[in-house]
Amino acid sequence: MGLKRYLITRGLTMFGVLMITLLLTISLVGSNMDTILKQGIIYQVRAEITENTTIAQGFNNPEEFEKFVQQKIDERVKTLGLDTPWYSPQRLGYTMYKILILDFGNATFLTSDSGSSNVGEIIFEKMPKTILLFTTATIIISIIGIVLGAASSNKIGSKTDRITSTFAVISSSFPVWWIGMLMIFVFAFVYQIFPARATPSIEPDDPGYILALLYHMALPVITIVLIGFGAWAYLVRNFMVGIMQEDFITAKKTIGISKKKIVYSHALRNAAPPIVTILALSLSGSLGGAIITEAVFDWPGMGRLYFEAISVMDLPIIIGSTYILTVLFLVSIFIADLLYGYFDPRVRTGSNT
Amino acid sequence: MSNISTHEIKSEFLKSKLGLTGIFILSGLILISIITISVIPASTFQEWNNPEKWILYPKTSVPSWVNFLSLDKIPEHKIINAEVFQSQENEIFLTSQQFGVSFEYDDFPSDFIFEMKTKYTDSHLVQIKVIRPDGITLELLSTSLPHSDNETIHNQRYFSTDSMIKKNLNTYKNNFDFDFQVSSTEIIFSELYQNQIQKGNYIFIVDMYGIEKHVEVLESKMVLGGKAYGVMGTDELRRDLAIGLLWGTPLALFIGISVSIGSVVVGLIYGVYSGYKGKKTDEAMMRFNDVIYALPALPFLIILAVTISNSIFLMIGFLMIFSWVGIAKVSRSMSLQIKTRQYIEAAKIMGQKDSKIIFRHILPQLLPYAFASIAISVPAAITTEAGLSFLGLGDPSFPTWGQILHDANTYGAAAQGFWWWIVPPGILIAITGLAFVFIGNALDAIVNPKLKR
Repeated sequence: MGLKRYLITRGLTMFGVLMITLLLTISLVGSNMDTILKQGIIYQVRAEITENTTIAQGFNNPEEFEKFVQQKIDERVKTLGLDTPWYSPQRLGYTMYKILILDFGNATFLTSDSGSSNVGEIIFEKMPKTILLFTTATIIISIIGIVLGAASSNKIGSKTDRITSTFAVISSSFPVWWIGMLMIFVFAFVYQIFPARATPSIEPDDPGYILALLYHMALPVITIVLIGFGAWAYLVRNFMVGIMQEDFITAKKTIGISKKKIVYSHALRNAAPPIVTILALSLSGSLGGAIITEAVFDWPGMGRLYFEAISVMDLPIIIGSTYILTVLFLVSIFIADLLYGYFDPRVRTGSNT
Repeated sequence: MSNISTHEIKSEFLKSKLGLTGIFILSGLILISIITISVIPASTFQEWNNPEKWILYPKTSVPSWVNFLSLDKIPEHKIINAEVFQSQENEIFLTSQQFGVSFEYDDFPSDFIFEMKTKYTDSHLVQIKVIRPDGITLELLSTSLPHSDNETIHNQRYFSTDSMIKKNLNTYKNNFDFDFQVSSTEIIFSELYQNQIQKGNYIFIVDMYGIEKHVEVLESKMVLGGKAYGVMGTDELRRDLAIGLLWGTPLALFIGISVSIGSVVVGLIYGVYSGYKGKKTDEAMMRFNDVIYALPALPFLIILAVTISNSIFLMIGFLMIFSWVGIAKVSRSMSLQIKTRQYIEAAKIMGQKDSKIIFRHILPQLLPYAFASIAISVPAAITTEAGLSFLGLGDPSFPTWGQILHDANTYGAAAQGFWWWIVPPGILIAITGLAFVFIGNALDAIVNPKLKR
């Protein structure tokens, strides 16, 4: 019963957060959006009328003509519902409803690789690439981190342990994107091993595309792993150290099970819950960071899309990607919560408060 | 939770090598900031984005200390002052400015500029020539100062890229054994037999002839555009990177420290109040906390910067919005523990106000934790601000390290190998972050004895 209630509360909170995020995004960009839409209509109406010369000839003086144009514009503004401000309840409700059902409308400037300007299509074309890059990097990071962390917790104070800890502190002080710039400088220009731009130059339907993509992915993955694994190893080490002080481990030691076996099978298994939880959280965290990392490496994912949308103020894309990013973020937090609740019964019964 | 006196913290801290290293680095950074603010005129950073200010600096030059390390000597940027001689022959009056250069580098200078401020009346003829180490004299330019009936003060610049200079040099084509496809500077400083640097003493002469009148030279200098300059080199826009990096130090410290102090104070009071009040208040406050926690920070910071303002002070506020949450959670659970202690109960029974209990009895207990959190949360604030600046969303009126990196990225510094433009800002960001991480970890180890092993 406890777990169910816990999940429902968490789920409701998450939904609330999603709605608040949506509302915040719309209210931050809403007024700009209206101005842009209205300008678009004016431009469109004028273009239509000037193209059709017979309409223009039917008027005696320019004022009458202007009046006609204005009337046309007003008509169109009204049919689109732009005469009420963006913060009026029905428009706000309608916008939010449309976003909720993943109908983001059309992008103002940007298009997908296939030429579509439907925001949903653009986002779903870019999202797999972001997920590919960051999941690969996170998996590699966690494997290296767990192995290294377990090894250093096996011999606390040893050389491995000290190097790992130092590396963890130092590496996490550098911004990923700066290391990215350095890596591009060294491995793409000084030694031309990897391409500088991470966007493959061949078409997506080419059979060699996957290989090209993997090759272009190498430099960003190496960079993310380089910056990330130290902190992971340190984290795993600290969990393990905590567990190694528990009574059941001491008991196993007294029975005479070898220390190596205790570390790698018993202790690691017990450290798994927090590790898995943090794994889910760090995946979500890296999605936000994707904006800068992808901008540096020119990786054709959500982050770069977001950055491009910001630089040309493509509002439908900004709203759409913020929404999708928030959803992804919330889903991973939710999964982390779920795992945490599953592994740690104290959370779901609420006995710790 | 333990009660540690400030004295104990101090003595424990002095024993921690890591903490002392952090303090040492931080004092260095603070010293740099103080020196920067007091010694370097503020106009340098206000005009950071004004190209006019930097026109006499060389373009993308390496730091001059590179010359100590490499065998090939890279020409350094030089500003040479004139020696002025005046003479007269019949009615012709000559004012001659001479610039002597001893050029001992292994590469051509990038260009040269004569900049002079003169006072004169009537017309004056200007002739620029150079005497090379091999004794050959090249006439570079014949022109005149604009005619003036009254006494005027005139500013004039002569650039080596002037097409007239190239034209005049073409008359010497027969003396040289190579094609004149190169820039004027590379011809003037070249050996005759092939296009290769000729070392030695060059004398550049700017003669000004007037009829029965001298030109009064008020200011005069020759800028020999080098490929090495200063301690940190220059960027594509000729800006002295040393100045940008120096100004970045107080800015980064200001941003980092104000964000972390702000968010720790807010988080602490929020968390303690929530924990102390308990029940419905606690529940509501923690749900709100959850909401902020679940907002994706970076996308929101970007939207805020784009739609509201990218002023550095507002940015500090935006960063605070996203960084008080974790501290609120921890301080809530701490205050849950503290409020069950007997003296708090006693204070409550005595009828003390809630605010007084919180500020008098609970908050002081959390101070050591607060200091540790302030130190630990500084690096995140600095890197986030740098990241936003890197995306081009920083405050353009302040040269931060992130902005220097943004410019480096825009001008393709990595592709062109301008390492001195990329490496120092990142290292400074990391060093500043490390200083606070060291201090924070040392404090944390004292405050949370659980971590002591």
